Amino acid sequence: MANQDFPLIFERSKEGRTSYSLPDLDVEEFDLDAELDDEYIRKTAPDLPEVSELDIMRHYTGLSNRNYGVDSGFYPLGSCTMKYNPKINEDVARLEGFSHIHPYQDPKTVQGAMEMLYDLQTSLKEITGMYEVSLQSAAGAQGEWTALMMIRAYHEANGDFERTKVIVPDSAHGTNPASAAVAGFEAVTVKSNEQGLVDLDDLKRVVGKDTAALMLTNPNTLGLFEREILEMADIVHSAGGKLYYDGANLNAIMGYTRPGDMGFDAVHLNLHKTFTGPHGGGGPGSGPVGVSKELEPFLPKPVIAKKDNEFVFETDRPHSIGRIKPYYGNFGINLRAYTYIRTMGAEGLKKVSEYAVLNANYMMRKLEKEFELPYPQHCKHEFVLSGSRQKKLGVRTLDIAKRLLDFNYHPPTIYFPLNVEEGLMIEPTETESKETLDGFIETMLEIAEEVKNNPEIVQEAPHHTIVKRMDETTAARKPVLRYYK
Amino acid sequence: MEFRYLPMTETDKQEMFDAIGVTSTEELFSDIPDSVRFKGELNLKKPVNEYELKKELTAMAAKNASLKQYSSFLGAGVYDHFIPSVVDHVISRSEFYTAYTPYQPEISQGELQAIFEFQTMISELTGMPVANSSMYDGGTSLAEAVNLSAAQTKKKKVLVSKAVHPESRAVIETYARGQNVEIVEIGLDNGLTDLNQLEEELDDTIAGVVIQYPNFFGQIEPLKKVEELISQQKKTMFIVSSNPLALGFLTPPGEFGADIVVGDTQVFGIPAQFGGPHCGYFATTEKLMRKVPGRLVGQTKDEDGVRGFVLTLQAREQHIRRDKATSNICSNQALNALASSVAMSSIGKHGLKKMASLNMQKARYAKSQLKEAKVEIVSESPFFNEFVVKLSDSVSKINKKLFEKGIIGGYDLARDYPELEGHMLVAVTEIRTKEEIDTFVKELGDING
Repeated sequence: MANQDFPLIFERSKEGRTSYSLPDLDVEEFDLDAELDDEYIRKTAPDLPEVSELDIMRHYTGLSNRNYGVDSGFYPLGSCTMKYNPKINEDVARLEGFSHIHPYQDPKTVQGAMEMLYDLQTSLKEITGMYEVSLQSAAGAQGEWTALMMIRAYHEANGDFERTKVIVPDSAHGTNPASAAVAGFEAVTVKSNEQGLVDLDDLKRVVGKDTAALMLTNPNTLGLFEREILEMADIVHSAGGKLYYDGANLNAIMGYTRPGDMGFDAVHLNLHKTFTGPHGGGGPGSGPVGVSKELEPFLPKPVIAKKDNEFVFETDRPHSIGRIKPYYGNFGINLRAYTYIRTMGAEGLKKVSEYAVLNANYMMRKLEKEFELPYPQHCKHEFVLSGSRQKKLGVRTLDIAKRLLDFNYHPPTIYFPLNVEEGLMIEPTETESKETLDGFIETMLEIAEEVKNNPEIVQEAPHHTIVKRMDETTAARKPVLRYYK
Repeated sequence: MEFRYLPMTETDKQEMFDAIGVTSTEELFSDIPDSVRFKGELNLKKPVNEYELKKELTAMAAKNASLKQYSSFLGAGVYDHFIPSVVDHVISRSEFYTAYTPYQPEISQGELQAIFEFQTMISELTGMPVANSSMYDGGTSLAEAVNLSAAQTKKKKVLVSKAVHPESRAVIETYARGQNVEIVEIGLDNGLTDLNQLEEELDDTIAGVVIQYPNFFGQIEPLKKVEELISQQKKTMFIVSSNPLALGFLTPPGEFGADIVVGDTQVFGIPAQFGGPHCGYFATTEKLMRKVPGRLVGQTKDEDGVRGFVLTLQAREQHIRRDKATSNICSNQALNALASSVAMSSIGKHGLKKMASLNMQKARYAKSQLKEAKVEIVSESPFFNEFVVKLSDSVSKINKKLFEKGIIGGYDLARDYPELEGHMLVAVTEIRTKEEIDTFVKELGDING
């Protein structure tokens, strides 16, 4: 394939070319140079691009053509819930009365925005079965950390300073132990059993007086429902610990069960997963936190409340962990999620989970013919295959992922969770049609055949992308993190 | 009820049941024990069709007083600037906004290159050699900088100027508590950081010093003098939070020996939207490159030698380091970083200084006119596009009266500084016209008496 290098915006730059359109100086001019001490006046202008407006559009349109989103094609990236991002959400977020309001305006002048936030909070409380919800956290990871900080504050308020450990399953995402560490805890691991579920005996072994919390996803990262959740809750609660729900997989259970009903004390949600906030190429997201009554006093500031038919920000909260983010969370993303919930209602959201689970099970049964399925029971919204059979033939899961690119698919999540060898984690979501699933299944089975008969074509993939496999080793060894002329 | 995002037909369902070997989806949920089953229907508002919902939400939006209907002099960290039309056209391309984090570089070169360009622009603006792909916002970015300084220097105390944004300081407090880092506040001296107190507090137990430039009151902190004090301590890090637009006119913190420079690029192409999402940036020295939180994009080559971009130095990140990580950030603000990149490209090398100067000029005009209207100006020291005035009544009362005249007044400093009762922080950006400023001055002068 021909060289597909695409110029940087700086390489399109030509001295003297501009595309700005700024207001005129319509007031008397002040001598800025005389006012400021010379050493505070910038001498070398930052080397931003000098391009025309058309240059900008060609450049970024070109870049968008070198990118792949849900609107481009099937994106079964496990644990990321890459469902369709509705367009009405985007239109609503751009309404002037939502997009151009300032966080420090008098709350009386932004009652519409506050009503939306309050209503969203109320909806999320109902969906999760939690006592109260805060919309402050900017993303899932911040939600995890926020909830753990609240759990820490709760224990400390009880004079309990010895609870220094947070338990995470061996299948947990790396963010869980990282959030625990950033909240000042030590992460300890609980093992999974041969069914892919938390090993209760091991849980009994690791809990104790030093347990602050157990962090759990249910369904777990293998896409399996932890049936013994109430027993687990009991073990942790009896030891004085709290139970934390990572909402990454909420898409599987809406209307079927709720974290609050399973005994969880704190929950975070990823509105950019389950509730259709677009991922934006890596954010912005939104990670609201729901809590039990016991943890409610510790919610981050401010809390939105309704008083005498008026929406207000409560800041007088003496037990609060404080502020975790300036202003009121990622309002624009919360608004998109609200629009989605209003579109679907209770009936729609339950169907979302029903079809997410149906799609996943259908694909799993079709693909287990050629790929190892380590945990054969019904899955929830996602499942994990192992590329172990293919590995014996010299083809790794990474190769299979790269081969999928040639067929215009985004590959599944690979090598995660860590307890599956050569893992392929597949989450189709409910917004994909049976035809799309069949197309992907067919391609996967075709690749499995290639592995047997023509492994090189898989090992050397991708063949049809604009660039081939990247030299990531050199990128890390001799980092080039910006452009220099 | 029909749901337009759910393509499943009855025929599809039947075929899928057969393939799975079940007769209903209920069987697939049989692993959820009855004891935790949710019975009945969630108590949510009824679903609404697209037309009605848009109408309803448009009405809800109309209940808010927007910065486009009113003439606003409110800033305090969130600003009403001109946003070029190209910005929304670019970020509305769904190849960008419906994509996940670019984990597959072969089909994500567009996003990766856009981030690489963003990193370059932030590096240029701040005068720092390394910038990451973005953080949630300026406040959390600053809090991460504080924790990084503690982790890197293995010291547990950080000095934070009281002229740093109050909400950023509150966020720092929370993050620092997580890592058991002690925060010591450095007081004010005429709206600037008290350098005498800073000098007294500085010793070899200090991990970092945090200064905002321009500071929360709009004033330009003397970074050179601050740096001279900090550099007497071998390890102490110099952390600067900066409005990147101001760096179009001001000498960048990188030239004053800053170790970490953070801030928010909301000023470039991102609407206020009630405080978020905005876009934090995080820039450092080469030395800290392998300690930076968040994602970094690096340039490399593919197998054929073609230039391309990848997420790099991932060994720093939470998904690899797990409980050894000093930051847990994953999702950041990629789409908003893209918006800011487009805005920075549009404003360009020459437009940037012009835009920064326009802010300064118009703010000075407003200040001089207010002075003539007998409004007390609190400080005459150099400033960017914000300044403080002292009023005869509480700011909230005065703002209510201004609002009736179609004006959103400035920030009430008594919210965070009890000693500043009746003090208003006035922001004037490039889009305020002479007419708007004159009206504001007249009305405020009249109300103030």
